[in-house]
Amino acid sequence: MIKGIKSFFGFISKMFKGKKHIKLGIYGPPNAGKSSIANMVVKDWLGEEMSTVSPIPHETREVVVKEKIHMKKKGKEITFNLVDTPGIATRIDYEDFLKFKMSAKDAKERAKEATKGVIESIKWLDDMDCVLVVLDSTQNPYNQVNITIIGNLAARDIPVLIVGNKIDLKKSDVKRIEAAFPQYPVIGISAEKRINVEAFYEEIFKLVR
Amino acid sequence: MLTLQFIPHHEISGLDMNGKIQKILKSVKEDKIILIEGRLHAQEESELIRRTMEVIDKKFKGIEICTVDYQPRNMLLSEKIKKTLANLLLNKNSGMTIIGPATVVKEIKKDPNKVELFTLEKRGKR
Repeated sequence: MIKGIKSFFGFISKMFKGKKHIKLGIYGPPNAGKSSIANMVVKDWLGEEMSTVSPIPHETREVVVKEKIHMKKKGKEITFNLVDTPGIATRIDYEDFLKFKMSAKDAKERAKEATKGVIESIKWLDDMDCVLVVLDSTQNPYNQVNITIIGNLAARDIPVLIVGNKIDLKKSDVKRIEAAFPQYPVIGISAEKRINVEAFYEEIFKLVR
Repeated sequence: MLTLQFIPHHEISGLDMNGKIQKILKSVKEDKIILIEGRLHAQEESELIRRTMEVIDKKFKGIEICTVDYQPRNMLLSEKIKKTLANLLLNKNSGMTIIGPATVVKEIKKDPNKVELFTLEKRGKR
């Protein structure tokens, strides 16, 4: 009987514990700027660093979580755990890393870790409460990885905000992203040059409720 | 020589997710480009990517995948419902899925109007 009561309260406490901290995931293909956005958010609201960034694809090869990010703006407040995930790809070839003057041994190691990172990212999909899908706004948005990520989030009823990053670059085309995913809110930003950051935070307030 | 394998809907529709993925990966690992009648579900696609990552090795570098939907973008809601119901009744899944090994297919470029598949030139015998 006592065991039953304990397990009931354990379940209730777990349920509320789970609800307390919303998980905001950052998903997208490699090199879209997921970690740059994660760093920007964490720096702006916690004054800390989160992930390392690099022009070499698959720099983030493990899921990184920053807990209790508290945002306060115009009387509104939200608290969430930010989850920066490795880029999802369908192909990983160590030879691609050799172009970045990496040794064969390091390239092979990076490729091996990158495959594990993709697996981890996919596994974490079920745990998210809402997601920022970060796309490189200079690239073709009709890439199957983007469609698969967004399709999976839709199938799980997870709210999505599409972030078209790198709008400071000449080839950037946020309208093309909007046309590709008309049923989702899309915001263009440049995490590196800090363009449209305030509007981005407004959208996060709408997403994390 | 390129091998293109067509998988009709009835050949794959009776399989569970695991069976579908096994069948796809078996053909792709034999360096075949496969053309599936119908679309995979989003969860099947992500599971295919996950399982692909598990089997990447020195020879197999992953896949290129593209799904094509025939549904016109400006279709009315009533037409969409009609089409979905018809597909359900006929056990059909509209569209097409193209999957190829990354060692053969360099890129599948897709935009709203066309799909282009680019193959890699072989760099000597494997």
